[in-house]
Amino acid sequence: MTEIFAKAEVDRRTLLRRAAAVGLMATPAVGMLSACVGGGDDDKTQQQSTGTKSAENPLGIDPKAGVEIIIFNGGLGTAYSTDVDTPLFNKKWPDAKVTFSQTEQISTVVQPRINAGTPPDMINNSGSNLMDFGAIVKAGQAADLTDLFAAPSWDVSGKTVADTLVPGAVEQGSYDGKPFAMNYSFTVFGLWYNKKLFDSKGWTVPTTWADFTALCDKIHAAGITPFGFAGANASYYMVRALLTSAAKIGTEQALKDIDNLKPGAWTADPIKKAAAAWGEIGNKYINKTFLGLKHTEVQLQQNQDKLAFYPCGSWLENEQAKDTPPTFEYAVAAYPSVTTSDQLPATAINAAAGEIYFAAAKGKNPQGGKEYIRAMLSKEAALGFTKLTKSLTVVSGAADGQTISPGLTSANDLLGKAGKDVFMGYLFDTWYKKLDDESRAAANDLMFKGGDADKFCQRMEAASQAVAKDSSVTKFTRS
Amino acid sequence: MRHGKYPFIIGFLVVPVALYCTFVVAAYIQSFQLAMTSWSGFGAIKYIGFENFQKLWNDDLFWKSLRHNLFLLILLPIVTIAIALVFAFLLNVGGSQRGGVTRGVRGSKAYRIIFFFPQLLALAIVAVIFGRVFGPDKSGMLNGLFPDSWSPWLFMADERWAMTCILVVLIWQAIGFYVVLFSAGMGSISSDIYEAAALDGASRFTLFFRITIPLLWGTIQVAWVYLGIAAFDAFAIVNIMTVDRGGPNGATSVLSLMIYRNTFEFSQVGYASAIGVVLFFLTLTFAALTLRVTRRESIEA
Repeated sequence: MTEIFAKAEVDRRTLLRRAAAVGLMATPAVGMLSACVGGGDDDKTQQQSTGTKSAENPLGIDPKAGVEIIIFNGGLGTAYSTDVDTPLFNKKWPDAKVTFSQTEQISTVVQPRINAGTPPDMINNSGSNLMDFGAIVKAGQAADLTDLFAAPSWDVSGKTVADTLVPGAVEQGSYDGKPFAMNYSFTVFGLWYNKKLFDSKGWTVPTTWADFTALCDKIHAAGITPFGFAGANASYYMVRALLTSAAKIGTEQALKDIDNLKPGAWTADPIKKAAAAWGEIGNKYINKTFLGLKHTEVQLQQNQDKLAFYPCGSWLENEQAKDTPPTFEYAVAAYPSVTTSDQLPATAINAAAGEIYFAAAKGKNPQGGKEYIRAMLSKEAALGFTKLTKSLTVVSGAADGQTISPGLTSANDLLGKAGKDVFMGYLFDTWYKKLDDESRAAANDLMFKGGDADKFCQRMEAASQAVAKDSSVTKFTRS
Repeated sequence: MRHGKYPFIIGFLVVPVALYCTFVVAAYIQSFQLAMTSWSGFGAIKYIGFENFQKLWNDDLFWKSLRHNLFLLILLPIVTIAIALVFAFLLNVGGSQRGGVTRGVRGSKAYRIIFFFPQLLALAIVAVIFGRVFGPDKSGMLNGLFPDSWSPWLFMADERWAMTCILVVLIWQAIGFYVVLFSAGMGSISSDIYEAAALDGASRFTLFFRITIPLLWGTIQVAWVYLGIAAFDAFAIVNIMTVDRGGPNGATSVLSLMIYRNTFEFSQVGYASAIGVVLFFLTLTFAALTLRVTRRESIEA
């Protein structure tokens, strides 16, 4: 090995020139990140398969055309697709060959194919590497799902697909009033804790902020960190906690204003009060080292009873399944009321559909992709999904009467107690990724660096108005 | 000139030149083109002139990232080369002199191999390992070594020190290669020179500064160019190791990370390309400056 370097020594000028050439090549390597998504021609639409519409075939698919699907392989796995959905689909359409593939990097794998005009027919846009769905919709790359939601349900007779879903499910995948995405899993958000630990210590779940801080004092005295989240990669859990509190103070309208980039939305009273209340929790009860930890590390600390409350969604129990000791039983509580004049009751919760599935508008067989989604929205597939992934679906009542896990039962109870006070939350995080990014940094700052609510509000307001003024960012509105 | 020489040369060149044109030149041209657009990464392309650069000028994060790249550009080469030179010197001529022959410290052959190990690890693995080394609580390696009475150091979670942590990782990863490079350079310095100097009563200190460094100057400049390029990149380490990727509060953001995030996460390919163009000119300037400086090299071994 040393000889190689010694030889190079003979002609240093050449070596230097080569070194400089390598330097020049480093730039296109990054340049190619953008170049590889090149193309973007609008008229590359290929021949698409269609069939005749009938009662049995409401979407008019070609029974012999293959369907290509791509599934994100993450917390939910892919077994629900290969073992439940595809067999169900093929039972009805034995001649339609389903080509399955999976990836952990949706954007890296699928975005170039979309731009080349040869996307898979049905795409599961999920994970940390998901594609900006708002941009996909605006570019006309997602198929309009109106006919799918209006079609009869796969296995509930007399109802359309939309009728079988929980309220807000269609709305959540809608952009400017038209549905483009099917959000499949249904997630209940709240404060997660170890029921066994709380029972043994005689701690009860708080409903008011005074109760919450009093309990945090007790937990702190017991040598346990009362509240925490992972700053390194999961501060958006905190953003959701804060904004859920804000919605309880001032109804979901506070969040709609934020989504609509309304001037003053972030400096409005509910946001300020929620930020002040949470900032105080950060000042007094958080473990400052959590800023440098990843979600799995913090979740593990909770499993070890070093952390009491953790803000998260109902996927948590399944995600932690292999690390949860027998002394740990997941349960979830609604966020306590912040003030005595909160407009929503203490039982109100944020529950939202998530995990986007969509049919590519310019694929070979968009109707086939939609039909696959229709199969997923059957009661049978939904129950299979819940059993395999321990996660509820937007198909209402699909998992009723099933005992699946303590955490999921707790989440279901929470939904029952909340009644009509279940709100969808906000969409700015998927609409405007840059704003989402800013909210994560701002939440970290608020919770770990002094709890300055005004600074939080001003910073987010400025970021929100910057997005509003940026003409290169596609805007959406909701009502 | 013999007949048929050109077809022969062209035969060799066609494939590499075609590859270079496709993956380097074409990518460049496309980057320059996209920098003038507001393309989101999907659908239609709209030309907006220099608006992206205007936006860049007013983007605090861009200036912050640029500062971080310059921080690396200055410190990474200096520290890495200094440490690598010392190690290489110890390995080659730092040991005892027996019979007038200079040699390295005891076990220098084994050290040489050990120093090279980090170079064999993929950058992503290095980042994950150092994520644990810099763990902010007692489970972190360094914090675990500190006495229990100390409150844990936050490392990556501390805005003031996060960038220094990145620098340390880059240095750790790079040193092995440069120790080997400098060792090779030192191996080519005639031992007569050292012997003559030793006869004149030169100390080891003098040997290092008066003989080794001047005679290695060319190799050091090569190292400088390579390390400068590494300083413009640093993407993998920052992307994997840092809090909130480039945080906290943009404290570890670098240009390459901004390009990646704008392209794949914020759907602002036009803007990302503009940053790419800036990075292109920065690298070009750096390479040109370094080449200009090397033209003055004079001492030859």
